[in-house]
Amino acid sequence: MDVLVCLKRVPLAGGTLILTPDSRDIETKHLGFGISPHEENAVEAGVQLVEQMGGTLTLLTLGPSDAEEQLRSQLAIGATRAVLIETDGQEWDPQGTAAALVDAINAEETKFDLIIFGAESADSAGYQIHIRVAHALNRPIVTNVKSMKIENGIASCERVVAQGREHYEAPLPAIVTVRDGLNIPRYPSVPGRMQARKKIVDMKKAEPRVPKLEKVTLALAPSKDKGAEILGKGADAVPALVDVLKQIGAF
Amino acid sequence: MILVLIDHDRGEIDALSLRALTAARKLGQDVEAVVIGNDGASLAAIAGEFGAKVLHVATHAAITDYTPMASGRALANLVEKLKPAAVLAAGSPRGNEQLAHLAAFLDIPMAAECSEITLGSPHHVLRARWAGNLIESANVHSDLLVATVLSFSVEPESINGAPASVSNFEPALEPADSVVKILSRDAGESKGGVTLSDAKVIVSGGRGVGGPDGFGNLEELAALLGGTVGCSRVVTSSGWRPHAEQVGQTGTKVAPDLYIAAGISGAMQHIAGMKNSKTIVVINTDPEAPILRYADYAIIGDLHQVIPALTSAIRQAKG
Repeated sequence: MDVLVCLKRVPLAGGTLILTPDSRDIETKHLGFGISPHEENAVEAGVQLVEQMGGTLTLLTLGPSDAEEQLRSQLAIGATRAVLIETDGQEWDPQGTAAALVDAINAEETKFDLIIFGAESADSAGYQIHIRVAHALNRPIVTNVKSMKIENGIASCERVVAQGREHYEAPLPAIVTVRDGLNIPRYPSVPGRMQARKKIVDMKKAEPRVPKLEKVTLALAPSKDKGAEILGKGADAVPALVDVLKQIGAF
Repeated sequence: MILVLIDHDRGEIDALSLRALTAARKLGQDVEAVVIGNDGASLAAIAGEFGAKVLHVATHAAITDYTPMASGRALANLVEKLKPAAVLAAGSPRGNEQLAHLAAFLDIPMAAECSEITLGSPHHVLRARWAGNLIESANVHSDLLVATVLSFSVEPESINGAPASVSNFEPALEPADSVVKILSRDAGESKGGVTLSDAKVIVSGGRGVGGPDGFGNLEELAALLGGTVGCSRVVTSSGWRPHAEQVGQTGTKVAPDLYIAAGISGAMQHIAGMKNSKTIVVINTDPEAPILRYADYAIIGDLHQVIPALTSAIRQAKG
């Protein structure tokens, strides 16, 4: 079983975002970097599959050369090797990103049985790169997977919705996007970190395309600051809250 | 003409689609709607009520339930025939997925989660990023605009229109288009009854609840108010509650009349899923918790005392 996991280096923004002076990016001077939330689950799923079935786990990302840091920390979890498609640090639009990923995947000797993405990126949330990659590679895709089994060459997947669970199947080779909750991502061990330093990260270059979804500027969303009215402290404030709930017709 | 995908689950409309219809109408052109699958034909009345003149119904033996790639193919077929200026859908997981398939078939850009759309050359959109904390102003270079409408960025407005006239068509599906579809469902971890997206009242708990047992009080209060229980991501990650109850960017986005957040500090991704609630009440021991910035009312205190007191006070008031 050969698995590929696609990752994205993103700033780890805590509470408040700050923009660069040209309003085109987030100011990252004082921020650390990581990967998007669901991608840790994607890597964990890949590691588990290789543990159970043998094979290889390759990581792929498109980003600045600094993204090697994120690849190394995920190599420490147990991936075999990584590929970094190096950009000039500018953000690429979804079509350009998908095309570069597809070129890199096609250039690999390994024909991956399963390609895993996180369900959505923390920063751009375009909801499409995985689908464009699936179309370009003529592969079935199941998205938002919260539970997955690989049996007899079929990825059997469940998606959780408000009404319950939906069951999907995709014959391999396939693509899935996974969500938080799929598994509990492990922490890297000390030997894992040592080995990760020696693992191969292939650096590739790709030429940016003219973006069709062209970012002009970013702005902070208007604060929904309502200035909460503090009704009081502890259980003593309950009568005031009951009055409010009556007023708004909650009962 | 603007074409709007109305999403439905076995004939039951996703109410977010009505917002997409309203957003489409505001672009000042005729609006037509499309549903994928036979059982969507029953939505002609509501499609018309919200402004669609025609409801196109994609019917095919291979479409028996949600089949996202087939939806994309059907939309691509319809676009070729009707030449709309834009195709819109709700910014829901399904809306985004089906339109992404359309955009991939046509190899054109797609703008997800748009709060504002201006047709032109290029088209211009404002779209949500970073769990709604950033708004991107973007140009879309394509004749046809493919975009999804940010949940809750527009209120659904009926124009009391006559039922849409139904036009059936059979999309030219390739075998690969229907490989991935819903094969079966089960109620899973959900308890049935009021679902998060339909609930008028949500009583939501976070880390402050302390463990799975603490949710009993929240359930009691929710039941009393005719609502349901929600929770933050840490609660589902810790296994205290099922994932189906998670509110937020990575869970369900909600906008109930009343949202009571108990013991939730307010991570960015949680706020993104509930900030559009009509009235937000916070119960938290920390007066500096970020969620207070989004709340209408707050009690500073321990939810383990406040919630039971609130429940019995409401019970008394109801008589």
